[in-house]
Amino acid sequence: MVEIENNENVMTAVLSGDIDHHRCAVIRKKIDARADSERPKVLVLDFSRVQFMDSSGVGLVMGRYRQMSLLGGRLKVINVPENIDKVFRLSGLERLGVME
Amino acid sequence: MNVVNEMNLSFSAKSINESFARSAVSAFVLSLDPTIAELSDIKTAVSEAVTNCIVHAYGYQGGIIYINAKITDTNKVIIKIRDKGCGIENVRQAMEPLYTTGGEERAGLGFAVMQSFMDKVSVRSTPSKGTTVTMEKAIIRCVKNERP
Repeated sequence: MVEIENNENVMTAVLSGDIDHHRCAVIRKKIDARADSERPKVLVLDFSRVQFMDSSGVGLVMGRYRQMSLLGGRLKVINVPENIDKVFRLSGLERLGVME
Repeated sequence: MNVVNEMNLSFSAKSINESFARSAVSAFVLSLDPTIAELSDIKTAVSEAVTNCIVHAYGYQGGIIYINAKITDTNKVIIKIRDKGCGIENVRQAMEPLYTTGGEERAGLGFAVMQSFMDKVSVRSTPSKGTTVTMEKAIIRCVKNERP
């Protein structure tokens, strides 16, 4: 569901499988717990292994963006598959400048 | 337009069933030989509607969600997702992008996704009685494997 590594202030969370409202709750808790305690400068959400995502994934990104802003760090979203990008494009998240 | 296939499903309004609901509808639609993109659109729209039932209609207190899906002889899929929850006072406002009553981790995009990913979406709701979301999508028939 999510594997997290922290390397020299860059914390990378590799998400996998389906991201929906049910799974977001678990993913959010795991990422927030690690980010709160280790305070990385950059949090990277890697979507390369995600097979399905609904708008809950947009909420997940928005929430982590807020969290990293509060911690004085920044968020990056990478490796978004084409079928999932459609949901992100609809959300207008690119205006936050986190999508790579 | 005649209905050539139909299914009915009812299940508990628990978040663990979001995956079950979209997989069941997706399996039903497979007989139309949809593209991966069409199937992904339908799964996403169903996931949004079912999540709305769990989060908003029943407010995490549980209940039953009903799904009726039909396939027509014009290759159209018609999906009705119904709850007997709190209903929506102002449907127009609820359908506005970014409007949400679900807290800051909700994007408020559920209806926007349904409208964008399906051909037609309609919502009927009665406060204290429940809501029915009806979505339609035409599956473009692939002719490359058909005999002349």
